[in-house]
Amino acid sequence: MNTAVRDLPAPAMFEFDASNWKLAILAGLAISILAALALPASLSFWVIGAMAAMIAAVFAINAYRRKYYGGLLVAPAIAVLFVMNIFPLLWSLGLSFFAYQSNQQTIRFIGLNNYIKVLTNDIAAPANWDALINTGMFVVSTVAAQMIAGFLLAMLFAKQFPLRKYLLILVLTPMMLSVVASGVFFTYYYDPTFGILSYAIGEVTGEQFILMDNKLGAVTGIVFADAWMWSPFVMLLVLAGLVSVPKYLYEAAAIDRVSKWRQFWTITFPYIRGLLMLALLFRTIEAFKLYDLVYILIRGGQDTKTIAYLIAEIANEQNKTSEGAALSYVILFMVIVLTNLYLYLANRRNQGA
Amino acid sequence: MANSTSILEWLGFRKASGVTEAGWGHTLLVGIVSFIYFLPVLFIIFTAIKPQDLALSVPPTISPTSLFGLIPDQYVFTPTLENFGSVFSRVMTPGGSPEATGFDRFFFFFIFISSVSVLLALVIGTFAAYGFSRYPLKGNDTYLFIILTTRMLPAIVIVIPVILMFRVTGLSGSYLGITLLYTAFNLAFTIWMMKSFFDELSTDVEDAARIDGSSEAKVFLKICLPQVVAGLAATFVFGLILTWNEFLFALLLSNADTRTVPVAMNQAVSSGGRGTDWTLLASIETLFLIPVFLVTFFLQNHLLRGVTFGTVKR
Repeated sequence: MNTAVRDLPAPAMFEFDASNWKLAILAGLAISILAALALPASLSFWVIGAMAAMIAAVFAINAYRRKYYGGLLVAPAIAVLFVMNIFPLLWSLGLSFFAYQSNQQTIRFIGLNNYIKVLTNDIAAPANWDALINTGMFVVSTVAAQMIAGFLLAMLFAKQFPLRKYLLILVLTPMMLSVVASGVFFTYYYDPTFGILSYAIGEVTGEQFILMDNKLGAVTGIVFADAWMWSPFVMLLVLAGLVSVPKYLYEAAAIDRVSKWRQFWTITFPYIRGLLMLALLFRTIEAFKLYDLVYILIRGGQDTKTIAYLIAEIANEQNKTSEGAALSYVILFMVIVLTNLYLYLANRRNQGA
Repeated sequence: MANSTSILEWLGFRKASGVTEAGWGHTLLVGIVSFIYFLPVLFIIFTAIKPQDLALSVPPTISPTSLFGLIPDQYVFTPTLENFGSVFSRVMTPGGSPEATGFDRFFFFFIFISSVSVLLALVIGTFAAYGFSRYPLKGNDTYLFIILTTRMLPAIVIVIPVILMFRVTGLSGSYLGITLLYTAFNLAFTIWMMKSFFDELSTDVEDAARIDGSSEAKVFLKICLPQVVAGLAATFVFGLILTWNEFLFALLLSNADTRTVPVAMNQAVSSGGRGTDWTLLASIETLFLIPVFLVTFFLQNHLLRGVTFGTVKR
């Protein structure tokens, strides 16, 4: 659509032009390095920042003049993400190769030792593997529960009926609560002496019911709370897909006497596949980071520690920042593999369809 | 699918959405399911209006009214609004006089910073999503994937470098720092979500407009953007909810004056060493629910209208 517009020639290497990004990078780098060497850290930080802004501005001018709209549109997002997320991410990646504790001043390069330690150390590694297995279990069970519950809820709301608007907001509220508060209230619901659940079961069976006194009960409690909180998320995405299916497709299918089951797979599913994938992707990523509920509900007891819980414990309570970073990069690697698998499967299906 | 019917639909002559009509019977079914789903929240709201001494009573009190004798008296409590007052001003030290807790300020600033950061993320993210969708760069998927990875690490890992960075720049403990961080925090989701909405649109109408001489800016503003209003609304609501719930960054990056509501809530409830103050927690939570509840409610028409309502599907 925009083939004929990139006819403005690129500026020569040393031509002083507002769109000459090569020269801008060169000058920016030189000044940044000089500033880092000559000025104190607090000042050079701003100089380097200014240089980065200058290079960004030159790129923007270049993109605008030559109509590279893609780059121009994407640039602000990339810039914000780079400063606030990717840069800290790289920083902690660097940190994982050092021996560093946040309560001490010393820092020492130790190469891959942190990684070797978290994966093979006699004391640390078995705990990590346990936590990893727990995390896997939580990811599978919470995501499955959310997808199923969210999907069923969406099916209920995919029709037009009286009071729909008011009922939908009731279902959406669990997601709006602060995780801190609703988690704390779940400890109350599950409490063996005061809690509603134990009271209700106690009234029926006559015995005191304690949900959290074994691993299965604890996991069920956590999965239930998490699924309750985040099923509306899946529901809203699926609902967005369901209501976008053109009605005439169903009408045509009804004329052809296509079974409901086949209608679902040939008409409905293609329309919600993308959004279902998005929900699956984001819920899986979030499930890998499951920490707050495990902490609030049971403080990691009954062998329910997840990897995120362990990382927080190592990095925050034991101050072993670099070890925590190393462990989290092991996890990041796994999440990347998994999400790539998702995306690969999604794309393959798209091309196949 | 781009035939004359679709063009008519695009002009708004006929509904393209697959929403079928259902009667009161369906309302009853959905009502029961929704009510059961809502019960834990209802209990929190009821705890907020309970007298403080009944918060941990056995058997638990579950209703402010007996519903004309339907619920036995032992489960009924008399509602009170006292707890909401103690959110803003209460006795902090034993034997002292009531003090202001500063919650009015926390609420106001938190509403302010979360709306600013979500809107900022929505603007920047929508531009980026449109760019990724319509003008693919070299290695487009790689960029998108890198953006996604920013959500993959546990917050605790990113937060340590961010603290160091904020300390150097003087952003530590300021509202500006938290706003910027939350903007970035929302961007990944915004971009992925909006991209999937833009991808759903057919390019036929856009190409027609280009042939008629519309500028690229006009194509974006006048043709693409109106079609994804539902997507914008959904993304805004999600972003607001995610920001509104964020705890760890806020805990480690705010100071006594710039606390966000979840942090202040945690502080208020766990301070004093007498265990959880259930009625206080419930009343803060209930107040906390109101703004995002209202926003969701008013954006709901967009959420429900159908994402590609009246558009030409690809």
